[in-house]
Amino acid sequence: MPAKKLSQSALALWVRKLIETRRVVAPQAKAEHFAYAPLSQAEDLRLDHDVTILPPRKYLMPPSEVLLRFTRKDGYTSVIEHEPMILFGVHPYDVAAIAQADRYFLHDRPDIHYQTRRRSITIVASDVQNASEDVFAACLGTATVHDGFDVLLTRVGDAYVIESRTPAGDALLALAQDLQEADPVSLGRREQVWEDAQKLLRRQVLKCNPQELPALLDAAREHPVWEKRSQTCFSCGSCVTVCPSCFCFDVEDELDPDLQSGTRRRQWDACLLSGFAVVAGGHNFRKRREERYRHRFYRKAKYLPERFGFMGCVGCGRCVKACTAGIANPVEVYNTLLEGAS
Amino acid sequence: MMQTPASTTAEADADLYLPRPATVRSRTVLTATEMLFELAMDDGKPLGHMPGQFVEVSLPGIGEAPISVSSSPDGRDRFELVVRRAGRVTAAMHDCRMGERVGIRGPFGTHFPVDGVLRGRDVVFIAGGLGLAPLRSAIQYVLNHRKDYGRVTVLYGIKSPVERMFLDELDDWSRRPDMTFMETVDRADATWKGNVGVITRLIPAAEIDPKRSIVVACGPPIMYKFVIVSLYSIDVANEDIYVSLERRMKCGIGKCGHCQIGGLYACLEGPVFHYPVLLGVEEAI
Repeated sequence: MPAKKLSQSALALWVRKLIETRRVVAPQAKAEHFAYAPLSQAEDLRLDHDVTILPPRKYLMPPSEVLLRFTRKDGYTSVIEHEPMILFGVHPYDVAAIAQADRYFLHDRPDIHYQTRRRSITIVASDVQNASEDVFAACLGTATVHDGFDVLLTRVGDAYVIESRTPAGDALLALAQDLQEADPVSLGRREQVWEDAQKLLRRQVLKCNPQELPALLDAAREHPVWEKRSQTCFSCGSCVTVCPSCFCFDVEDELDPDLQSGTRRRQWDACLLSGFAVVAGGHNFRKRREERYRHRFYRKAKYLPERFGFMGCVGCGRCVKACTAGIANPVEVYNTLLEGAS
Repeated sequence: MMQTPASTTAEADADLYLPRPATVRSRTVLTATEMLFELAMDDGKPLGHMPGQFVEVSLPGIGEAPISVSSSPDGRDRFELVVRRAGRVTAAMHDCRMGERVGIRGPFGTHFPVDGVLRGRDVVFIAGGLGLAPLRSAIQYVLNHRKDYGRVTVLYGIKSPVERMFLDELDDWSRRPDMTFMETVDRADATWKGNVGVITRLIPAAEIDPKRSIVVACGPPIMYKFVIVSLYSIDVANEDIYVSLERRMKCGIGKCGHCQIGGLYACLEGPVFHYPVLLGVEEAI
């Protein structure tokens, strides 16, 4: 469907209509910050947010999710939870991270739990209006996106250019009133927004092309940066919790009070936590903080690119803020390695 | 406004996390901490594994644990697992009686190349401690197809005589004219009349022909460091070594991230690795 144009007031009406018919989850103010939450009124929508505390990953892969139900007598049954919803106002770097999760969970043998949730989610992406201070998405090619969403909203002055890419997106647009054809001036301004995003989302500068990172890391295993920076690591996993490109999980059984039935759940896990690589009997294959800290960067900038073709980082900068010790900033890590390499 | 999460319960054939029911057919105490379980899938079909592969064993309300299959697949509907009492799931497993039901996912991972490069070669099995459990599957397979292989040697090392498993089989192996079996204990007790010392001591004595042999090793992490060096000293090439590595294989399907060894997944590229693949992978051994 060709791009359309919506006035601010028409956008608000459309969002109201969407809320009436569907569950809508969108960025809203939360104290000094922004967070994704179910939207109950259009006025709470903050398309001007810089970054949300947690990425929308929590809706695609909830912090705790039921995989199976069991009874001691009858064994296990699959539980496929899903929650039809519109993820509204998703920034391009987060759209890119969702595409990564799709590849991660759906390649080879698809994970049906992720797949079912993913299929019931419609994504309304939104180009960034305000940049967060740690963002470096432009360095990783995720300041703008041209696929991976159903609808894209771009603010052009007092109006929005809106474009659907999928039948699910078309169905959402069908609920909008006062849709106009996007005029060449508005489309030109949208091009300008995309161009500006390359500067706007470059608050930090990675001093190399991300494609060079696997080779850089190949030679950096013994680099002092790992030991030095990880000295103050609390092994708290906050960097992982806020990361849109972290997918690791643990699986645990939970018994009902009758002790006869219960659920098997998966929970977010973090390779920074001290017990992540412990095997039965107690041997820990990544015992030292330094090893865990280093593993995270290797997974993101070497192992995932080599296996799946994407870097496990979209430059959102959330880990920079989340890290109490102030050591998580990937740009600082990679640039330090580059200094040594040159 | 829809605010209630929708949820469906379904029999999902495609659910990679759904265990299939299996029943305990027999159990045998092997040592103070190891128990052998013979299991059969409730659908009556064989497990369909190859030697060296593992399964995820589920106990409702307790959880899931990765366990290597310890029996050869040859034409049997039943399969065996050696379970060491080491954590929550394995402790609960030890309480499972005959006729009780467990959940099984798998088999997962790579296998010892018994149907490939091992054919026609001398085969040297090096088992350290509980490493005998997965290797036993391959040893049985090789002995069941004895004519397909050259000389067969099994080297077995354990800490103390009370940890010896499969005493009847060890006895059988030591008597068979078509194979060499050698064992050693780190610390002898009053009953022990055999070799004393670490497993690497057996390697020079085993008369391994480095040109004809493939070495297949399984044991605790510390064992590999010394065994590999010892194999180099008798000119065994990296290309002729296979090892099986233990990690926390939580999902078995390359998704949960727990068993990563550098960029490798123990559940996908392992647990059986061709040794050259591990060269330069710092976390491997």
